[in-house]
Amino acid sequence: MRTATLALLTAGWAVAATAQDVTIGWIKVERDLPPTLSNLDPVPEDLGLAGVTTGIDDNATTGRFMGQTWELSEHNVWLGDDATEAARVALAETPFLVIDAPADVLLSIADLPEAANAILFNSGAGDARLRDTDCRANTLHTLPSTSMRTDALAQFFTTKRWDDLVMIAGGNPEDQDYAAAMEQSLTKFGMELSERKEWRFDADMRRNAAQEVPLFTQDFGDYDALIVADEFNDFGRYILYNTWEARPVVGSEGLSAQTWGPAVEQWGAAQLQSRFEDAHKRDMAPADYAAWAAVRVLGEAVTRTQSNDVATLRDYILGPDFELAGFKGRPLTFRDWNGQLRQPIPLLHPRALVANAPLEGFLHQTTELDTLGIDRPESNCTAFN
Amino acid sequence: MSLLCFKNTHIAALAVCAALGSPLAADEIWVSNEKDDTVSVIDIETLEVVRTIDVGERPRGITFAKDYSVLYVCASDSDTVQVIDPDTGKVLHELPSGEDPEQFVLHPDNRHLYIANEDDAITTVVDTETRKVVAQIDVGIEPEGMAVSPDGKIAITTSETTNMAHWIDTETQKLFANTLVDSRPRHAEFLKDGKELWVSAEIGGTISVFDVETQTELAKIDFEVDGVHPDRVQPVGFELTAGDTHAFVALGPSNHVAVVNAETYEVEDYILVGRRVWHMDFNADRSLLFTTNGVSGDVTVIDVAAREAIKSIKVGRFPWGAAFRPTDS
Repeated sequence: MRTATLALLTAGWAVAATAQDVTIGWIKVERDLPPTLSNLDPVPEDLGLAGVTTGIDDNATTGRFMGQTWELSEHNVWLGDDATEAARVALAETPFLVIDAPADVLLSIADLPEAANAILFNSGAGDARLRDTDCRANTLHTLPSTSMRTDALAQFFTTKRWDDLVMIAGGNPEDQDYAAAMEQSLTKFGMELSERKEWRFDADMRRNAAQEVPLFTQDFGDYDALIVADEFNDFGRYILYNTWEARPVVGSEGLSAQTWGPAVEQWGAAQLQSRFEDAHKRDMAPADYAAWAAVRVLGEAVTRTQSNDVATLRDYILGPDFELAGFKGRPLTFRDWNGQLRQPIPLLHPRALVANAPLEGFLHQTTELDTLGIDRPESNCTAFN
Repeated sequence: MSLLCFKNTHIAALAVCAALGSPLAADEIWVSNEKDDTVSVIDIETLEVVRTIDVGERPRGITFAKDYSVLYVCASDSDTVQVIDPDTGKVLHELPSGEDPEQFVLHPDNRHLYIANEDDAITTVVDTETRKVVAQIDVGIEPEGMAVSPDGKIAITTSETTNMAHWIDTETQKLFANTLVDSRPRHAEFLKDGKELWVSAEIGGTISVFDVETQTELAKIDFEVDGVHPDRVQPVGFELTAGDTHAFVALGPSNHVAVVNAETYEVEDYILVGRRVWHMDFNADRSLLFTTNGVSGDVTVIDVAAREAIKSIKVGRFPWGAAFRPTDS
């Protein structure tokens, strides 16, 4: 036994000889968020970053056994600062960046000459165009597109036979994008809105939602469900239980299709949730999950290839052997034609998971996960060819 | 022996006892119900639940002492391992287990429990006699699968997020090797007198077969269930038939158990069982197999020779582990 152990020890150390040190750059571009009526849900200051650090902790634990070390380099870009300058600084340190930025800023970083041989992870922009005409070969998306989320809801409506749908859309560009994605999803699954209204109130709804919302929703007539497009959770919370007709509220409020949420506890998710909560003293938000997943994708690739070479890692990540255990019930892989991380989308209300899209019966020739979001035949992304 | 007879509520069994003075009739399968905080006891002859025992919070790992004198249960959310008198169902005492014990394995010395602490990335070794923690070993994230070699020299912990099998020298209680497996390794077993180690990977959808002496991979077993997307074919628990000729492998949400030839590593059959099949155990002669089906809340009984499911038995909510108990000991 003694000799055997010694020999094995040597074998164990042999792995460590091929050590890799990996630095992950985190770029967070501050956004000018619109004010909201309620103060109930402050946006955490470490949104996204908390996911990155939990991901790095996960990678470092594995790295301990593999002779790999993981470090974080943090770059905050405040309003008015030049994000591309921050990106240049970060890219001088490492080719691996996780970026939480609006679509235009993300593209300006992706198009930097310094980023040509980098792997960028988009953890903050759900815009469909980033996975379509504006896709970039160096940019992978761990955040689902908005249309993946609206497709998930549309599948749920189909399953429930809720085919008479109405919508209230907020005035922010993000609300309008969500509403447009929702309408496309309804079309994709053979439905359409029977009516859409724009939310244009500027009163403080905490005081008079009970009076205003019934009247505002009265002329919708009868319908199956009311969709709310309110991506900053401004007015949507006051719609529930105040509608003229007693109908479910879905979309940004009520039953919501999210990347992640505190009610996700199946498939081992409770472990990730409790790890995250212990470390950061708050719930894990969708932006945290997308950032965590980006770090774990890289961790998985470095572990499996035992390399920190950009080309080797990119080939592996987009190749057939890659899969991430993402606590969503099935392995997560990338669409090798537009860089989107395939993933189930939980349909949640604040207290429970209602369903997990893709729902049963929505079939696809490659994987059912590709029933969510833009599919290969419709995609105009050519950067991955 | 007659004392034991009175503790059994089964009328037929009592009659047999009285007539022959022979061992108690029916052996039992004990099932931990993760979301009911109970253990269901199934009578192997009648295939019915004859007792339900209250235990600590979120019971998962379940195993008997080698002489079946006590039952050990991982009460995960109570952060303890409970030691239970199988005759009375009473908790005798609790063992320090480290936080969130999920799965464990009893060393062949019948004394040391090797426990996976899922939330803490630690394997805890507890002496069941002194009731003290002997060692805590840093392993990968979310340790789960546990195994000890038949000679007792090697313990294995698999870590679900680190995706490794960690090899522990039980003499020094230190790691001597770490081997990568596919995503989310869930369960480990030594086979063939400890010559091979098998590790199932839930998300990877495979079982890796290792040569124990060199810790090198000998083979990888893949599964393919007709009409089920490969993503949903997720191997978790598995057990070996007599002589280690075949492995029965629970395939999670595919709702099937695979029968693997342990010599050729080929899958010979798939058996439809309940929903989200998780762990299992055999009866005494290994002619019957009992699988826990978490989502459907039942246990499927499989006729091992015929490779057919013959009955489902309703148990508590989210049955997790299963352990065989002979009643003639």
